[in-house]
Amino acid sequence: MAKLNIPVYLDYSATTPVDERVAKAMADCLTLQGNFGNPASRSHVFGWKAEDAVTEARANVARLIGADPKEIVWTSGATESDNLAIKGAAHFNAKKGKHIITLKTEHKAVLDTCRQLEREGFEVTYLDPEDNGLVDITKLADAIREDTTLVSIMHVNNEIGVIQDIEAIGALTRSKKILFHVDAAQSPGKVAIDVDAMNIDLLSLCAHKVYGPKGIGALYVRRKPRVRIEAQIHGGGHERGMRSGTLPTHQIVGMGESFRIAHEEMETENAKIEKLRDRLWEGLKDMEEVYLNGDFEQRIPGNLNISFNFVEGESLMMSLKDIAVSSGSACTSDSLEPSYVLRALGRNDELAHSSLRFTLGRFSTEEEVDFTIKEVRKAVEKLRDLSPLWDMFKDGVDLDTVQWAAH
Amino acid sequence: MAYSDKVIDHYENPRNVGKLDADSENVGTGMVGAPACGDVMRLQIQVDDNGVIEDAKFKTYGCGSAIASSSLVTEMVKGKTLEEAAAIKNMEIVEELALPPVKIHCSVLAEDAIAAAIEDIKAKREKKAESAA
Repeated sequence: MAKLNIPVYLDYSATTPVDERVAKAMADCLTLQGNFGNPASRSHVFGWKAEDAVTEARANVARLIGADPKEIVWTSGATESDNLAIKGAAHFNAKKGKHIITLKTEHKAVLDTCRQLEREGFEVTYLDPEDNGLVDITKLADAIREDTTLVSIMHVNNEIGVIQDIEAIGALTRSKKILFHVDAAQSPGKVAIDVDAMNIDLLSLCAHKVYGPKGIGALYVRRKPRVRIEAQIHGGGHERGMRSGTLPTHQIVGMGESFRIAHEEMETENAKIEKLRDRLWEGLKDMEEVYLNGDFEQRIPGNLNISFNFVEGESLMMSLKDIAVSSGSACTSDSLEPSYVLRALGRNDELAHSSLRFTLGRFSTEEEVDFTIKEVRKAVEKLRDLSPLWDMFKDGVDLDTVQWAAH
Repeated sequence: MAYSDKVIDHYENPRNVGKLDADSENVGTGMVGAPACGDVMRLQIQVDDNGVIEDAKFKTYGCGSAIASSSLVTEMVKGKTLEEAAAIKNMEIVEELALPPVKIHCSVLAEDAIAAAIEDIKAKREKKAESAA
């Protein structure tokens, strides 16, 4: 394989390619010759074999997060897991209280689920993170009320890659006897997870950010002390009644295999990715008016989120046509709002409009990083030559004092 | 989102990028948009004594469609009288660049930029006429 694959893929936090080993394991679970049975079929060998494969996958997923396999509930992905965890726990505990605490920089799967609960009469506190993206634990403690039943805080932020102090939050929620849900879609294989040490009650996972397939995820539901949630999807009573629906053996096997590989390889892989990420940052940080978004230390190895002041993110991506990255700027998402995550960090709109997210992964190479540095520098220079704001900045105009005709 | 070939052409080879002397009495400057909204356009026109636009320059901070819209506008206004330039409608830009609905605001901004530049030069000329009178 060439070391410089064009277009260069630097959007591993959006999704990852499926690892060849995972694809092979999945392909073996589809055809007549393969393990195609329904894991719920108890009366013949096809069902038993499929159930064995699911059991093995369950054990692999559980092992990566320090859980018991019985605590894993298969879902269609992290979005469904977030919905099941938050709605399920909120509804089940509605008699105890109707207050939930979460964070402004959560994924939409958490935020929009909370909005739905608000429409149903629940109250939600949306905490502001600090400027580095992290939660101030004392502010969280202050937000807890008598009727708080659930705290939902993500482990790793998808845009800026910062890692929350889950252990500290878990200690707090456990001492207050409040349920703690963690959206960990971005963390497997990147940061260690230990549901016991971190006192996590509910944890959302998915496969496609860890070199597994899309369309499969899991929710960890603690058994001791037992956490009870209301099912959101009803039917045949699969997954101990928490999530009905025929188990997709090939998807589950894919997730299991991807989590097995993550467990075995994460240490060496992260060291390699971190080196590449640092090389990328080293190659860009000496440019004028370049800002790193989010804490640099409390951050997963593969993430760089950078604002290139006076350059608009979408046009920058357009210049980088041989590099796949994502932008926190408005236009890509078809809305005209810049990244709500960067806004929540207190970044002004300009810097939020000027941001790019680079996320590296298993198949990233030094050659790709060097190519990216060269292309980004060229594009930023070109766009600054086109930018009236850069002109004004160079002329010493303070842009904050200009009266803009907002539209 | 896929861009039209014309947007890509203007984006990759923008016409008339630059700056004219904003203090010159022959130059009208229009600056529209806001950094907070993700686009700022500066359009400048140089107008001869007969009211014909002889040169135009732009610089734009914004998405590819905003850059392409302003680049196109500099081409459209050159050689036109102020009245003719003022009659340019944003839908002409939308059609020429095949902008999708979500990018129509870029063309509106370009139309606003023309209007602002024309207003600027007219104000300068009125002021000059007043001081001469």
